[in-house]
Amino acid sequence: MLLSAATSVSLQAQGNSVLSVAPPEKLNVKRGASAEVRLKAQLQPGFHVNSNAPADEFLIPLKLTWANQPLQSEQVSYPKPQFEKYAFSPKPVSVFSGNFEIATRFKAPPNANPGLGVMTGKLRFQACNSKECLPPRTIDVRFSVELQ
Amino acid sequence: MTKPIHLAPLCAAIAAFLLWTACANHSVKADGSVKPEGTRKPAPEFTLKDANGQTVHLSDYKGKVVLLDFWATWCGPCKIEIPWFMEFEQQLKDRGFAVVGVSMDEDGWNVVKPYIQQYKVNYRILLGNDQVGEIYGGVESLPTTFIIDRAGKIASVHIGLSGKDEFKNAITQLLDAPRTASIAPLGGNFGFITSPR
Repeated sequence: MLLSAATSVSLQAQGNSVLSVAPPEKLNVKRGASAEVRLKAQLQPGFHVNSNAPADEFLIPLKLTWANQPLQSEQVSYPKPQFEKYAFSPKPVSVFSGNFEIATRFKAPPNANPGLGVMTGKLRFQACNSKECLPPRTIDVRFSVELQ
Repeated sequence: MTKPIHLAPLCAAIAAFLLWTACANHSVKADGSVKPEGTRKPAPEFTLKDANGQTVHLSDYKGKVVLLDFWATWCGPCKIEIPWFMEFEQQLKDRGFAVVGVSMDEDGWNVVKPYIQQYKVNYRILLGNDQVGEIYGGVESLPTTFIIDRAGKIASVHIGLSGKDEFKNAITQLLDAPRTASIAPLGGNFGFITSPR
């Protein structure tokens, strides 16, 4: 418990806590069926992350990826970005800020073993405010799956 | 009968945790102003590679005023400062001044070289690493810029996007300062860091 608290403080000290993700609820899905999971992300006020499709080739896009079992991810849908004007770019920059959700459509393979499993994924992002940027980070995300 | 509660191990654990957090909180402190000469600390020595593969030591710049800029290609605010630094390099290099950019890009030269070519960066860029960031007090956010005096000591620290005049004033103040009789070599008092890339 002490180690857990220490790790948490360390992460905050490193500025990793500007983006937090609420763990999705347990998903119940029948074999052969599809289901959607929405990942809720929250950014600290004043910060933004690049969208999944920033116009500038040097900017690091936000990207959500999933392991391929026990479910298979069919499509990841990012929210509509905001186009903000910043002094460093002649063109508006495609970003996410505040609260936003990323939806993923999953398919349960028809031949999958029934029972409880865990889906794991990674959310990579790079956050800035108007004066400074934090290094790119990857957050581990996971949720429980009940395959029926 | 209730069991006695042993508080000593718990208190020791809490004390250890508090000490650990105090030690871990070693982030760079900065207000951008030029510190009085007697209060400046030596700039830690490092050895990194430049875009041509040449090995560069901070101590190579002994006797010069150095603007040491930690930046990255994905950092928007850094992009604002880079043209200022190019201007300073061009205007002041003959007065014993140099800009050194330390890229903190994880993807290395594959992204840094195209960037410095595209933006025609006229000063030396080195590829940094976490160890160099660490010996400079834990460089966590970019840009972070150190202005180092001729004696190899850190005269000012700027975290985040700063003002062009703020940099210019600090640099000219250091260039105009009378040279001391014995200029210490840059670095040396801290760990010696080499680039793994």
